[in-house]
Amino acid sequence: MTIFVYDKSFEGLLTLVFEAYARRRFPDLLMAEEEPFPLFYDEAVIVYTDEEKADRVWKGLEKRLSRMALSTVTAVWLSEIPQTDLLLFRYIRKVIDSPCSIELNFGDVEVMEISKIWKKVMNERLRVIQFLRFQKTADGVFFAAVKPLYNVLPLTLSHLRDRFADQQWLLYDVKRQYGYYYDLKKVDEVRFTDKETHLFSGKLDETIMDDEEKQFQVLWKTYFSSIVIHERINPKRHRQYMPVRFWDYMPEKF
Amino acid sequence: MNEKVLEKLKILAESAKYDVSCASSGTSRKNRTGQVGSTAGWGICHSFAEDGRCISLLKIMLTNYCMFDCAYCINRRSNDIPRATFSVSELVDLTIQFYRRNYIEGLFLSSGVVRNADYTMERLVRVAKELRTVYRFNGYIHLKSIPGASQELVNEAGLYADRLSVNIEIPNEKSLQLLAPDKSFQSVFQPMRYIHQGVMQSSEERKRFRHAPRFAPAGQSTQIIVGATADSDKDILRLSSALYQRPSMRRVYYSGFIPVNTYDTRLPALKQPPLVRENRLYQADWLLRFYQFKVDEIVNDDFPNLDLDVDPKLGWALRHPEQFPVDINRADYEMLLRVPGIGVKSAKLIVSSRRFTRIGTEQLKKMGVVMKKAQYFITCHELPMRTIHEIYPEVIRRFLTRKTDKKRGSDLQLELQFE
Repeated sequence: MTIFVYDKSFEGLLTLVFEAYARRRFPDLLMAEEEPFPLFYDEAVIVYTDEEKADRVWKGLEKRLSRMALSTVTAVWLSEIPQTDLLLFRYIRKVIDSPCSIELNFGDVEVMEISKIWKKVMNERLRVIQFLRFQKTADGVFFAAVKPLYNVLPLTLSHLRDRFADQQWLLYDVKRQYGYYYDLKKVDEVRFTDKETHLFSGKLDETIMDDEEKQFQVLWKTYFSSIVIHERINPKRHRQYMPVRFWDYMPEKF
Repeated sequence: MNEKVLEKLKILAESAKYDVSCASSGTSRKNRTGQVGSTAGWGICHSFAEDGRCISLLKIMLTNYCMFDCAYCINRRSNDIPRATFSVSELVDLTIQFYRRNYIEGLFLSSGVVRNADYTMERLVRVAKELRTVYRFNGYIHLKSIPGASQELVNEAGLYADRLSVNIEIPNEKSLQLLAPDKSFQSVFQPMRYIHQGVMQSSEERKRFRHAPRFAPAGQSTQIIVGATADSDKDILRLSSALYQRPSMRRVYYSGFIPVNTYDTRLPALKQPPLVRENRLYQADWLLRFYQFKVDEIVNDDFPNLDLDVDPKLGWALRHPEQFPVDINRADYEMLLRVPGIGVKSAKLIVSSRRFTRIGTEQLKKMGVVMKKAQYFITCHELPMRTIHEIYPEVIRRFLTRKTDKKRGSDLQLELQFE
């Protein structure tokens, strides 16, 4: 068994593809340095991330894949599901080795698997767009906290930037402890060193809330409960369409 | 914002909730600097009510005072319910503030009829106009067109709204006369025609001038109540199929009848809204719109009602064994769509991947084909030959409708009773 060790970054993975082809050795397992190795293995190759090599591999992929498939690759990387890096490696290898484009060959195990994970990630992205709730702070910034399964915040930015172009907002991932802040011009990634409670709980304290914010939350709650048709109540479907993991940060479900 | 608005919101949301439509799809509008919001083409549901229905738009009535006395409607004149009216500025402010907090995609505004149709329609249009021109709101606006409104007002509404709708409610004229004496087919279909003309005219103009104004870019929709009258599924589906002949008609909604006015003896007394029938009608509707079925293939004079036990596509397949089995690796896309258990997505996956390799059962499963149903209707190079011709349609039907009662354990298990 051949193990490749890398730093678990996307550039690292691309460098790894380069190194594998350079050595004509292909990994059976991808690991980070700090992970415990299996008991038996033949060879461990350490790969140091190299921007230049990664860039070359990416350019090669750009020639062989459509833009859609390229964005699929990045979205699958953002899923952070264990072992997707090996899956991506196999996929990239197939793409490189095949004489014609394989991206529509859904009969192939890797292509199908990639497209399934892509679908999961895109669903989670959609759910974040659906269920994120802004709360207005006293200084006029709209704050929303989310806790998505996959690291999908970067995928939601283009939509949010377009829609909420004339208000400052901060979208914060409570699980991964980072967020994006929009200052009416551009979106920046932000990390906080001294964290206030709302960065953990996702709920603004009433002292830093805009005066009218509470009222609108109450109004929305009222609307939410009056729109229900009681003859058709269906808790199963309610949970299925609006997963419980989002409820913590939605005013109608507080 | 105060207590009064809260009270009005509650009353008017409860009055509006029996309208089914809540779609926010069909229009793409990008944000422009200095304006509020955008519209995504596919529509976004921002919440789901406890009845499992999507909340995409702020579905609300401008007023629930109404001079009509329709038997099926909660807001009829003779009902003693709390009444309220929103002012334009209250409603506009509410919409914008909800929108900024990502609660909604836009506004779905409807209204009871006060004074006359044009007076009501004008007030609806004023809300949309204020949102679009004063607040530069780019979100979705769905306006109800009031039956009997004039063409000028409908035309103005189309300039501001994304979608316009007029509800048919009752699928035949006689029952409509009986249940809603103030309405007539004429008053419902006339605004529909106006909307259609507006949409067609605008699309024609936009072919010549790129910046010609769009007229209700998401077309129109309508709603039919199911189970309030004795109409069969054939009548309902023929009507909706005829409506879909017009390209401006995007959706027909089916609303299982909920007896809100139990004292009215013109209506049937139902304990439960006919949810299964409603679901089957939606499935049939999907067959019409996405699966290239003709309405007579789904329901006809021999089978005037949909089968409640099996979905309409399976029903069609069981009535037409001569069309099967379908060879997955050779059949054309239209035929793949007709196989029970294969949907639009999996049919497309099959078509695109069989260029590379022959497809087998394992791959079909991974593509999301429901093999439980599909297995009797397809062949591929490895499938065992147990198709609809080897085991008869009746047997397949029995297999697929067998209820597995999970709560009642198997007879082989010893059951312990705890007192």
